[in-house]
Amino acid sequence: MKTITVRYFASFRERAGLGEETLQLDVHTAMDVFNETRERHGSTEPTSHCKVAINDEIVDWTARVSDGDTVLLFPPVAGG
Amino acid sequence: MFAISSSEIGVNELRGRLSNPGSGGVCVFEGWVRNQNEGRTVLRLEYEVYEPLAVVEGEKVIAEARQQFPLLEATCVHRSGVLEIGDCAVWVGVSARHRNEAFKACRYIIDEIKVRLPIWKKEHYADGDSGWVVCERCANVRHT
Repeated sequence: MKTITVRYFASFRERAGLGEETLQLDVHTAMDVFNETRERHGSTEPTSHCKVAINDEIVDWTARVSDGDTVLLFPPVAGG
Repeated sequence: MFAISSSEIGVNELRGRLSNPGSGGVCVFEGWVRNQNEGRTVLRLEYEVYEPLAVVEGEKVIAEARQQFPLLEATCVHRSGVLEIGDCAVWVGVSARHRNEAFKACRYIIDEIKVRLPIWKKEHYADGDSGWVVCERCANVRHT
C-alpha cells in the first residue's frame, strides 16, 4: 500500500466534493490512481481527454507512482 | 514571456513589449468572452487555472514557437478568475521581421495554449445553469 495525495480540479473537484484527499492505495501507475478515484467518485471521463501530473510534472498515464507522491488529476482542459 | 493574470489584461502595456527595431510585422490575437455558446446565452465566464504548471507549459509553448519561427518578441497572458462579456481572456502577441512568421507563430501559440495548459472554463448561463466547457474540438485544432 502507498500513501498518495490526490488533487482534483474543475469538474473533478466538483464531482468529488473536495479538492484533495490522501488515500492508502494499492497502485503502481498514475492510471491505477485515476481508476481508483473514478470508482470512488463515479467519474466516467475517458482517460484520453484527461491529463495527469505527479508532483507538479505532467506525465504519461503509465508513469510509476511512489509512496508519498501527490497526483494531480486534470479533466479536459479548455483554455482560451 | 508567459503569465497568468487574475486582473484585467493590460493590452497596451503588452503591445509595447513587442517593440523591436528589427520588427516589420506584429501579429496579436485577443480571445474575448462572448455572450453565447452552442445556442445558450452566456452571462460570464470563470477560469480555473493551476498556475504552477500552466506557467511552465506556457513558457514551453513560447520557446517552441521561438524555435520554429524566427521571432524577435513573443508574449502571452491568460486570465484566471471571473470574466464578463467582452473581457479579454487571452492575449498573444509576436513580432518578427516579416508578417508570415508573425502570423504562423501567433497561431501556433494560441492553438497550443488552448489544448495543453491546465486551464478550465466554466460558463454561467442566463437560465441560471452553469457548466464546464469540454472543448473536444480544440484537441483537433493544429497549426499547419
